[in-house]
Order: sequence, then structure tokens, then C-alpha cells
Amino acid sequence: MITPTHYLVLSAILFSLGVLGVMVRRNLITLLMCLELMLNAVNINFVAFSHHFADLTGQVFAIFVITVAAGEAAIGLGIIVNIYRHKQTLDADSIRSMQG
Amino acid sequence: MQQIELILFYVFSAVTLTGALGVVVLRNTMRAAISLLFSLLGVAALFFLRHAEFLGAVQLLVYAGGIVVLFLFAIMFVPANDRTHRKWHLQWPVALLIALLFGISILYFVGYHQWVSGKALDAFTEGGGNTEAIGVFLYRNYLVPFEAASLFLLVAMIGAILLGRWRDKL
Repeated sequence: MITPTHYLVLSAILFSLGVLGVMVRRNLITLLMCLELMLNAVNINFVAFSHHFADLTGQVFAIFVITVAAGEAAIGLGIIVNIYRHKQTLDADSIRSMQG
Repeated sequence: MQQIELILFYVFSAVTLTGALGVVVLRNTMRAAISLLFSLLGVAALFFLRHAEFLGAVQLLVYAGGIVVLFLFAIMFVPANDRTHRKWHLQWPVALLIALLFGISILYFVGYHQWVSGKALDAFTEGGGNTEAIGVFLYRNYLVPFEAASLFLLVAMIGAILLGRWRDKL
């Protein structure tokens, strides 16, 4: 029997992996990928609870999360490609022109 | 039937987590993107397992078909290898510690509450099916957020086009 606890544990591990990736990776594209992992972890929780309470609100919310993730990926990758054109690097540590 | 479902859950969880781990540890961004693809496919399978068929299909189309392809295109614009990467910088142990503490604290609160399962399993997938139920629900209760989302997508599309053009030509 699959309980919401199964999904919650899976989602917690997935989210922690995303957090770890955002903290350790220096490549901007990989950073964006780890962000997608975290959004997916949230979606898993939404769907698990939607099923558990037999309420579609969770699934509708997950659809909105996917929408935002798609827009974020498109804009984020556009910005990253532009950063590469200007700086010739994707290292997050070397982008510090706004530090003053 | 329950046993098969549980086994499938563990298989898809393993696929998802292995893919996610690959995204975090692989240094080649192309390989990381393929690893992300497997992770997203695992998540889509988990949605199907939870009778969220429409959401699973959306996950396959938007993530596997759209976002990963977008990532691959972006990766092709830039070198695949992270030139400035240091294998073990000081952030690794600190980040590992923070992520572990974070995960353990979430798991602690997850274990706090025992969810009794099997309340109303397929109440909303009967009859017209999951897609129809979501469509009716979305247009009845969430019409304004739905329109706002479409406006958001339009703005994101225009923004992506502006960001992606070559500098001197419009």
C-alpha cells in the first residue's frame, strides 16, 4: 500500500538533492537544472495529496507550477546564453559585476 | 495488485533519484541534462501511478519534450565542460552538511504524522476520466489564474525572443 508518507519521503530526498546541487555546482545551466528538480519535488507532493484527499486542486496547482517552470527555463536559459556571449564563462563565481 | 504498485513505486523512485543524483554529480552538462531527462520521466511515471494521467502527460510533453530539449539547445551554445570547476572546493562539505540537515529535518516532520491511506481512491477518475475532470475543475474554479498563466506564458515567450536575438539585429 502506497501511503502519502512514501511520496513525502521521496520528495524530501529529491528536494534535498536539488538544494545540494544549487549549493555545490558552479555551472549556471546545472544550477537551473537543480531548480527544476526542486520544483518536481513540490509537484510530487501536490499530486500525492491530491490523490489522498480526492481533491483536484493539488493537480491544478501542479499544472500552474509546470507552467511557471517552463517560463522560467526559457527566460533563464536566454539570460544564461547572453551571459556567455558577454563573459565567455558560465562560472557562477565569476559573475560579480553587480557586486560594486 | 497492491504489491505490484508498491514495486513500481520503488522502481520509479529509484529512476527519479538516480537521475537527480546524476544531475548533481556529473560534470559534463550534456550528461547532466540526459540524467535530468530520466529523473523527469520517473516523476511522470509516479504521476501515472497516482492516477494523475493528465498531469503525467503534461509532464512528459512539457518537461521531457520541451524543457530538456531547451536545455540541450542552450548547452550546445556553450562548451560542455565546466572549465572552472574545482572538484573538491570548500563548499562541498558545508553544502553536504546543510543539505543533510535540511533533508533530515523534513523527514522528521514527515514521520511525525501517520497518514491513513485509502480514503477515497478513484473518486474523481471515474466517469469522464482525469482529463475531463481537470478541465471542468480548471474552468469552473480557476479561470482567472488560468488566464493569468496564459498571459505569463505570452510575456515569457516575448522575453525569451528578445533575449535570444542577435544583438545588432531586431
